[in-house]
Amino acid sequence: MDDLPIEKSGPSPFARFLRAIAAVVWKDLAAEFRSRELLSAMLVFSLLVILIFNFALELNVKERRDVTSGVLWATFAFAGTLGLNRSMAVEKDRGCLDGLLLAPVDRAAIYFGKALSNLAFMLIVEAVVLPVYSVLYNVNLFRPGLLMVILLGSVGYIAVGTLLSTMSVQTRTREILLPILLFPVVIPILIAAVKASGGYLNNLGMEEILPWLNLLIAYDVIFTAIAFMVFDYVVEE
Amino acid sequence: MTMIEVNKLVKRFGLKTVLRGIDFRVERGEFVALLGPNGAGKTTFLRILASLSRPSMGEVRIAGYRLPSQASAVRRRLGVVSHQPLLYGDLSAEENLRFYGRMYALDNLDRRIDEVLEMVGLAARRRDLVRTFSRGMQQRLAIGRAVLHDPDVLLLDEPHTGLDQDACAMLDHVLRDVASRGRTVVMTSHDLARAEDLASRFDILSRGLIVASAPRHALREGNLLDFYRRALEN
Repeated sequence: MDDLPIEKSGPSPFARFLRAIAAVVWKDLAAEFRSRELLSAMLVFSLLVILIFNFALELNVKERRDVTSGVLWATFAFAGTLGLNRSMAVEKDRGCLDGLLLAPVDRAAIYFGKALSNLAFMLIVEAVVLPVYSVLYNVNLFRPGLLMVILLGSVGYIAVGTLLSTMSVQTRTREILLPILLFPVVIPILIAAVKASGGYLNNLGMEEILPWLNLLIAYDVIFTAIAFMVFDYVVEE
Repeated sequence: MTMIEVNKLVKRFGLKTVLRGIDFRVERGEFVALLGPNGAGKTTFLRILASLSRPSMGEVRIAGYRLPSQASAVRRRLGVVSHQPLLYGDLSAEENLRFYGRMYALDNLDRRIDEVLEMVGLAARRRDLVRTFSRGMQQRLAIGRAVLHDPDVLLLDEPHTGLDQDACAMLDHVLRDVASRGRTVVMTSHDLARAEDLASRFDILSRGLIVASAPRHALREGNLLDFYRRALEN
């Protein structure tokens, strides 16, 4: 028999897990709403991108609707990368990642906490970009189906991005490395999101949109599960 | 009770062997100063004890719990202070402690935060953002963060680095207070005078091995420098 001491019981492991996730999300939101470094960078970048596209592409109404899904997802993807880099850099630069890793919680809680706060930042940026885009391009983006695609696409993008930014932040070339690692992995989700968004914008039937929606959902589930399983190894020295 | 037990610990990074079979034991209430030149492996050793790095070979137990298989139980009993404060600049002192308190699922967190801020002399600055603090104040808050959950074992990696004399004195006062409560402390340092002043035992780490160890009572006052030099020469 091993003579290891037995851990005293307290709150259930699942309750501790949820509390740790909530603590990480609270910490990220509180710090960001005070500094506004990450959100302001993402917002300015996104608005500049859609503005540049607006002037660069002189399009009629039909063409505008056709390019909307591509322009939107290119904007979200690049702005998201900026946010992911910054979110993990804050943890790394002051050694706070070690502080998180020293906490007696399942490390997946740290992943989910970071992923949820990253998702919140991305959704805030999208909530600002969508009305501005609607006005600039004269395209109605406030359709329930399209909003659902944006949510599903963002979840998948952030699920992978949070994991890969945790890896890239350990390197000196993190700003360069993250997009190089991230974009090849998220190509399926970007393609599915662009196709599904285009389907809703062009009023296609559900039979044409549904395969892309299924791909988005499958991608979200699979990559969230993979990230949950491997995060502990990614942060291990 | 043995609080830290390390047997034949080896750590490799690729082809480089940083720790070469360390045996190390610390009893409850001991204050061990881990001394050694740059590159001796002190920080790597401390990171393994802190469960931040996996050993390549060997056995590590903290308070009876084995690493890395019982890392969560070990982390509950550990406080760690490193070169960096592990604090968020855009949160206040109180918010930083509240965040870490939540991560440790502490009960009576408000009362505990009050106690810790009082202990490290930052109660008056509790609502100020950490990025407005001096290095000394940040390090004091880092100590507060490390003892917030009242750990059995405190690991300190060169905690005096970059502090002025007043900040060092304040830090020493906090460390003595922690040690006087029967906590086990392992501190790496390059400052022999300070280590001699604080520690109850001195271990010398050189090229990945502990080459000498002596309790305070075995050394004459002011003799640590000779002991250190002889250990490195041998």
